Amino acid sequence: MAIESACGVSPSQKTSQANHRVTWEGCSVLLDINDGDRLVFARLSSAATLKIGNKKCSLRPLIGCPFGSLFRVEMGANGSHLARCYSSCILAENAATMQDKDYLHPSSEMKDNRSLFDNNTAQSLSSEDIDAMKRLFDYICEAYFKKYPTRIGSLRFDALCLLLSMANVGAYSDVLVLDMVGGLLTGAVAERLGGTGYVCSTHFGTSRNPIDIVRMFNFSSEVNSRIVQATFTDLCIIRENDSTSFHQDLLKTEGDIKNTKSMDESIQETNVSSDRSCTSHEIFNAETRGQSSPQTDSNPPIEDDEGISVSSTTVKSISPGRQASSELVNSWKERGFSSLIVAAPEIEVGSLVQKLLPLLSYSAPFAIYHHCLQPLAACMHRLQASKMAISLQISEPWLREYQVLPSRTHPHMQMSAFGGYILSGIRICSDACNGSQQN
Amino acid sequence: MFPSDPSKRNSFQRRICDGDLVIVYERHDNMKAIKVKVGSDFQNRYGVFKHSDWIGKPFGSKVFSNKGGFVHLLFPTPELWTLVLSHRTQILYLADISFVISYLEIVPGCVVLESGTGSGSLTTSLARAVAPSGHVYTFDFHEQRAALAREDFIMNGLESFITVSVRDIQGEGFPDEFCRVVDSVFLDLPQPWLALPSAARMLKQDGVLCSFSPCIEQVQRSCETLRHNFTDVRTFEVLLRMYEIREGRMEVGRNGVPMVLKPHKKRQHLSSEGECEDEERPTIMAKPCNEARGHTGYLTFARLACT
Repeated sequence: MAIESACGVSPSQKTSQANHRVTWEGCSVLLDINDGDRLVFARLSSAATLKIGNKKCSLRPLIGCPFGSLFRVEMGANGSHLARCYSSCILAENAATMQDKDYLHPSSEMKDNRSLFDNNTAQSLSSEDIDAMKRLFDYICEAYFKKYPTRIGSLRFDALCLLLSMANVGAYSDVLVLDMVGGLLTGAVAERLGGTGYVCSTHFGTSRNPIDIVRMFNFSSEVNSRIVQATFTDLCIIRENDSTSFHQDLLKTEGDIKNTKSMDESIQETNVSSDRSCTSHEIFNAETRGQSSPQTDSNPPIEDDEGISVSSTTVKSISPGRQASSELVNSWKERGFSSLIVAAPEIEVGSLVQKLLPLLSYSAPFAIYHHCLQPLAACMHRLQASKMAISLQISEPWLREYQVLPSRTHPHMQMSAFGGYILSGIRICSDACNGSQQN
Repeated sequence: MFPSDPSKRNSFQRRICDGDLVIVYERHDNMKAIKVKVGSDFQNRYGVFKHSDWIGKPFGSKVFSNKGGFVHLLFPTPELWTLVLSHRTQILYLADISFVISYLEIVPGCVVLESGTGSGSLTTSLARAVAPSGHVYTFDFHEQRAALAREDFIMNGLESFITVSVRDIQGEGFPDEFCRVVDSVFLDLPQPWLALPSAARMLKQDGVLCSFSPCIEQVQRSCETLRHNFTDVRTFEVLLRMYEIREGRMEVGRNGVPMVLKPHKKRQHLSSEGECEDEERPTIMAKPCNEARGHTGYLTFARLACT
């Protein structure tokens, strides 16, 4: 059976889907320098540069290459430049060194930042390699977890994966999130929605939770348009279907975008030193300067059924996190959200969850991530007592990585001891509402 | 289970209909998947439940038996399906499934190959991840198991996302028609290294592979073979530790000394209506469960090296 007919999508269509395989001018990449020694977020443009050792190299050669490409610093007539190297020579080197019993594999020892060995052979193999440009959420999560965990509430990758599965995130879902982990959760949910459904990032009070990390994902406009924000109060009130108020919100957002500095002008230079504060600075800069530089369409937006603006000549890029329209909010009131994920690792969850659960459809799953066990236990008890949920479970994820080498297989010496706790459950129709019709 | 038409997703407006699959929830460790049929009954220790009583109610409702006992009716999800499906083989559970799907970067539109199908636990979750425009091609060498899996997928309404085939992947590799079209490959085979060269040919540039093996010797052999065509080879173990909660009271003796724990029945209201004596405070305590799954398998991931 031909693949095209089986899934109804021709190969060319698939290549334009969310899984971009090749970099483009303006995209965000994660550069893994010297096999985990240094991780840098960068935005690729012809003007962007990167400092390695005492050499400054243009990032232009990286544009148009597949994600996962490997580059080496080489000396040329005009100074140092990055040259793409193809894997056959690298793999041959790897294979050769595997046989050397005295050699310590760089990827296992150097990734342990506090390596006990200072072995010169390990250093010399890959001193100037820039490996792999990676951009999907597993690398984003790992990079932040390693270098700047407080920004993401120490949300470890496996914990994030669990949240997505427990909350049954998939196409056409309307997922409600309380994201106080910088946008990592919102981005991960949006990726799994693949341009369908919505992820609504909510907050109590007036100040929005920052979701800058979403920009690291390089989402298309289609996916970005599915990422919206709404205050908790907005979600509770049924408003008049008022398209004009949405227009005002949209114009406001466009104004913000035009005022933002273009990323192209501001790629920072980086220093080689393994100075931790420097690396944090790089990630921090990449994030705060991560305002996209779209050229917004001057045509008036056209609203589709759900009140989300779609320009017929396509807005060059839609910024994620726009205000949800009143039509959208009303549809959620009518149908309920498909699921709820809360990642507010340090705030009081008990009352928060009690307020958010009524926004979910009956039989909708939810998952709450928190740093501490006790608040989740109290929350679980409250939910049991009020009969708002069943299938309640508190779990703690455990993750261990292994080094696998001939005669040298063992778990990594370092491991993360803490991945948080997760309370999961399913909202039910309590006795009071059993059998009543919802409109 | 996941509708191709968004208006059919579970919502306040959705009602249980004749022919729907529901998950009948008695307790967290006691659930069954039942197809609703007018005129049929469901029986358990709480009594007899008429399916016709269920029709017209929303999912998530509490329903009663002729004896006044009750169960809840839940909307099926891949997670619930993993807990209720019939085990023809050892299956993958939530911790491994969630990790695999995320690490393999599976998003809507992806084309995924899987071997073996087994009982279809992971396959169901893979289908959710690729829907609506992607597809899962799953292979098992055991004809009967493949047939049973196919039936399950049809029962769950997933046949448009999953194609089951009978094939010996270790011996023959994947079919040539998938060359360079595949985003991710998942292997759960006794000798996965035999399938790796074929997997490498199927994957697109930068595609990701995962091999699940219970034994470390299998992992070692696989990693050795992986290094020929793949990069970023990493091996993990994932597990979940569960906690239970109890309500109790700490009693402080009159002379300030002994602290005695008296467990109360679960489900008592915390705000004990004025029962609190002077030096008693109700507490909720969390404690890890005594039993745990110690090991399922090692997950080895690798990315096809760029050429």
